[in-house]
Amino acid sequence: MRATLGQGVTEIRVLMTHPMETGQRKDSEGKIVPMHFIQNLTVKVNGKAVIEAQTSQAVSRNPVFSFRLKGGAKGDKIEVSWLDNHGDSNSTEATVA
Amino acid sequence: MNSIRRALVAALMLTLVKPLSALAAWNKEAFGAKSAGDALKNLGVGNATPTAELSVEVPQIAENGAVVPIEISSAIPGTTALIVVIDKNPFPLISRFDFKEGALPFVKVNVKMSETSDIRVLAEAAGKYYVTTREVKVTIGGCGG
Repeated sequence: MRATLGQGVTEIRVLMTHPMETGQRKDSEGKIVPMHFIQNLTVKVNGKAVIEAQTSQAVSRNPVFSFRLKGGAKGDKIEVSWLDNHGDSNSTEATVA
Repeated sequence: MNSIRRALVAALMLTLVKPLSALAAWNKEAFGAKSAGDALKNLGVGNATPTAELSVEVPQIAENGAVVPIEISSAIPGTTALIVVIDKNPFPLISRFDFKEGALPFVKVNVKMSETSDIRVLAEAAGKYYVTTREVKVTIGGCGG
């Protein structure tokens, strides 16, 4: 994840490594690959949630999200976390540069 | 005895708490809807006013439906949410983003499209809804892979 301050706006770019299976794809043996996708993601700044999203299986595989914050300061801590339909979660942190 | 009781209480708490929090966190009815109209109804979206203040940048033609870049932002004052709907996808609701104090109503991400379709982006501001629609032509669909 990268968080960069410029012109009064902090730009966040975050990669989530995730298969985002739609439940419609078939594997090499012709079996349907079950749905597996991120359902929730949260962006926090210095511990406070500023963006909360719900997503479907139609977000592309290994998605890269860009978000923008009003203002911000160098050194602010950004945390992005996600939760998928299997109950698996992950999070990543970065400091605004 | 005590430990059994504790285990029972813990199990009960889990069954009670888990479905509730999951329900609040992810709108199963809206995401499971098979038409754009039903998805929006389940999100509680009523009439949406067409607007030019909602910017939707998408390609006119997407060669690969598995990776369609979208960039959306709202210039409507007090925008608190952005919703993305792809009418002809098997499950049209793509995402709902809620923005709180400190965040700008802007998102850029890649999405999947099964076929040529309208992409509808809605903004919520002060309890009202606004909409901008763009058509994207898809050469190869991106759901079956």
